[in-house]
Amino acid sequence: MMDLNQLTAHELLNKLKAKEISPESISESLYARIHKVDPKIKAYVRNKGQQEAPLKSQPNGLLKDVPITIKDNICTEGLSTECCSKILEGFHPPYDATVISKLKNSGAQIFSLKANMDEFAFGSSTENSYFGATANPWNLGHVPGGSSGGSAAAVAADEAIWALGSDTGGSIRQPASFCGVVGLKPTYGRVSRFGLIAFASSLDQIGPITKDVEDAAILAGIISGYDPKDSTSINKDVPDYTKSLNGDIKGLKIGIPKEYFVQGMDPEVKSIIEEAINKLKSLGADSKQVSLPHTEYAVPVYYIIATAEASSNLARFDGVQYGYRAKSDNLIDMYKQTRAEGFGEEAKRRILLGTFALSHGYYDAYYLRALKVRTLIKQDFDRVFGDFDCIVTPTCPTAAFKIGEKTQDPLKMYLSDIYTISVNLAGIPAISIPCGFTKAGLPIGLQIMAKPFDEEMLFRVAHAFEQSTDWHKVKPKL
Amino acid sequence: MKYETVIGLEVHLQLKTKTKAFCGCAIDFGQPPNSNVCPVCLGFPGTLPVYNKEALNYAIKVALAFDCQIQEHTKFDRKNYFYPDLPKNYQISQYDLPLSRQGHMMITSKDAPKRIGITRIHLEEDAGKLIHEADASLVDFNRTGIPLLEIVSEPDLSSPQEAFDYLTGLKSIVEYLDVSDCDMEKGSLRCDANISLRPEGAKELGVKTELKNMNSFKGVKDALVFEVSRQTELLQSNQAMVQETRLWDADGGRTIVMRSKEGAKDYRYFPDPDLAVFIIDQPMIAKIKSALPELPQEKLRRFVRDYSLTEYDAGILVSSKGDAEFSEACIQKYQGHDKKIMVNWLIGPLLSEANSRKVKLHELKLDKNELLSLIGLVEKQEISLLSAKSVLTQAIDTQKPVQVLIKEGNLSQISNTDLLQQIIETVIAENTKSVDDFKAGKTNALMFLVGQVMKKSAGKANPKIVSDLINRRLS
Repeated sequence: MMDLNQLTAHELLNKLKAKEISPESISESLYARIHKVDPKIKAYVRNKGQQEAPLKSQPNGLLKDVPITIKDNICTEGLSTECCSKILEGFHPPYDATVISKLKNSGAQIFSLKANMDEFAFGSSTENSYFGATANPWNLGHVPGGSSGGSAAAVAADEAIWALGSDTGGSIRQPASFCGVVGLKPTYGRVSRFGLIAFASSLDQIGPITKDVEDAAILAGIISGYDPKDSTSINKDVPDYTKSLNGDIKGLKIGIPKEYFVQGMDPEVKSIIEEAINKLKSLGADSKQVSLPHTEYAVPVYYIIATAEASSNLARFDGVQYGYRAKSDNLIDMYKQTRAEGFGEEAKRRILLGTFALSHGYYDAYYLRALKVRTLIKQDFDRVFGDFDCIVTPTCPTAAFKIGEKTQDPLKMYLSDIYTISVNLAGIPAISIPCGFTKAGLPIGLQIMAKPFDEEMLFRVAHAFEQSTDWHKVKPKL
Repeated sequence: MKYETVIGLEVHLQLKTKTKAFCGCAIDFGQPPNSNVCPVCLGFPGTLPVYNKEALNYAIKVALAFDCQIQEHTKFDRKNYFYPDLPKNYQISQYDLPLSRQGHMMITSKDAPKRIGITRIHLEEDAGKLIHEADASLVDFNRTGIPLLEIVSEPDLSSPQEAFDYLTGLKSIVEYLDVSDCDMEKGSLRCDANISLRPEGAKELGVKTELKNMNSFKGVKDALVFEVSRQTELLQSNQAMVQETRLWDADGGRTIVMRSKEGAKDYRYFPDPDLAVFIIDQPMIAKIKSALPELPQEKLRRFVRDYSLTEYDAGILVSSKGDAEFSEACIQKYQGHDKKIMVNWLIGPLLSEANSRKVKLHELKLDKNELLSLIGLVEKQEISLLSAKSVLTQAIDTQKPVQVLIKEGNLSQISNTDLLQQIIETVIAENTKSVDDFKAGKTNALMFLVGQVMKKSAGKANPKIVSDLINRRLS
């Protein structure tokens, strides 16, 4: 029999319902796996605050007793939540994020170890964690992507059943692509941000990272919905996403944006994606080239808006109330020393960038202009979705790169989000699903985008593709 | 050279909503430090603000009361600066799209109405309070997140007295709306002033000083008076003025430098992405407008019209909402022929009772019916005006019924002519000179003689009857 840790959540739920297994047995199998492979992968945060806790039977609900792994930037009451930053050392929130309350109410077990990430979600490789880098389960010399690299690697390496990540510019989809798992970035406003430690408030969304599309649909259904504690969440009914898993995509109109297939793109990625698009066509979908003309501005616009918001969001980490406080004689020194010692390089870089973009005399040229271009990017999508049901692209320009390959060149690192960023700027939903491997054995992800609040379209297309391929069943050898 | 004074005021009002501006914490003053707090107002990681509709309604009320234009699409912005009383190190405020703009308020200057422009009124959150101890500084976050209304005036005020009158009028309006306690000593109303001088008739503004740390309206006026003379001296001796912020030192009666313009901060305002743009539509405005109470100016005009009051008298009565309501209730209950009699009681004896007790007119412990019965007794000449005033004082002190007090003090007016006749005879015998004067046609002498009778009767004699009797006796 397969080890329980290798199962999907819906498979575990069936076995739990049939009383074939106990919550304790899931716990044992997960911890056995973690003890075996995590010293190599380091998907989980290991610091003083993190304690292994055996799973206990939970209240009745849709997800009764199924454990879930949580990214370190989502507040879990009583459990260490540090955004993998020294500055939040020892922070145990006295409240749950709304997604955590929803999971608990559905009977899910919040896994006590938190998943590694780039500090404050600043990064695309999980190399910016204060607790050290996570390795890609498919090749330990490569990065798992980021910033939700810990969540994606844990799911890919069967150290987790499923996980929550957060996506500001691709932080769920890019690591899902690099690790060969499914990752969904919901529509902005679909999932409450209450309890998600903010990176860029107008872009952040929490979403599932799972082993297959069905799990993503189940988890999205649980965590979505209006939250009076988040005034940017939208009051709109949450459909039963599992009903979209019907395999029927006949006659669907798929747009293929030409700006995502440019000269010089990785030929391996190009051919794998083209093959995937052919697969969708063979399932009855129609595809046609479309244009998203403002795509080239997405990265600069993103790095202005995201860093501007981050510079303000991170101002509260000052040593006054919680987290790390440096020793000093006076207030100004306390601020300076605490932040100098508490934040890592990338966090400091982004705070500086954002502070600059908002400064007097630069605001109009940078921030305000970026907001205007953001609107243009959104309008690009509106136009295409007027005629098309979804848009299909690669999730990333390349497969997972080597650890250390881009750490010296932030710009190169930023460009690895080139295909995922527009989605956040437009506020639309997108999913990344496994669609093949490079010759070197690294996974490649297919990205599907849909109009706002049409997650059902994503699940429908992704599920149809998944049912006709076996990419999601391939496991890394560890 | 003669200079003219240009003053603009920036008022901050704490709104007395049930809960804070962006979280569910109760607003309840006098609680132990850090008891009215939650993760949201403490700015804990991951928490989000949600705006309080009641605070918005209050703000719109105030804006409408000052005839402001309401911004249909308004939003909150972040004002970024580091300070330990500001848990997020940014304040949620409003920058380029304030809730309302272009309002005004009327004051009286040199006996003529003067229009003072209101530049903007916007909503923001209050900061916490720092408490400095010998070995540490402590923060109390109870105040953090209380809704604060910022009311910025145009530089239309031309004297410290006008600034004082503007503040008084503003407070009166806000009290009518019942949205703030407006207590400057307790910090629920705060005021900073910008003041500059310029040669009389000049168009351009002079170099301004921002004044802070005033904790009463009088303090604002005193600080401005000091600044006018300080700046006048500087200008007259041709010394350069520098733009600076100065603190009012109430004990020293002077202003002292806090910081100069070089210290000006860049607050890096930008729209708060946690709070969606909100729309104040016409139906909402109409609804709030229709629920506005009668404001002081309207009430004053109505009092003048309906009760034939002078503007001056009406102004006194409407300056406080409670007083206006108390006064109007008294006037309406009063059945006498001339409402002016009741008005004179209100702004005469009653107001002086209130002033000597340092309370408002309506806070006097006096039943309106008792007041009416007292006035009735005076009119029926059953008690003298003099006695009535002393009964009034006692009634307020003891809360005993007027009738009881009159009985206890034996204050019923003497109208019995036999009794009065006896006293008059004694007075005539003792004041032959005045009697002669009277007979010689000096009318003043009659008043003197009546006065003597009043004195002998311990004020209880009915002066009108006394006067008639003496007249008859001596003619």
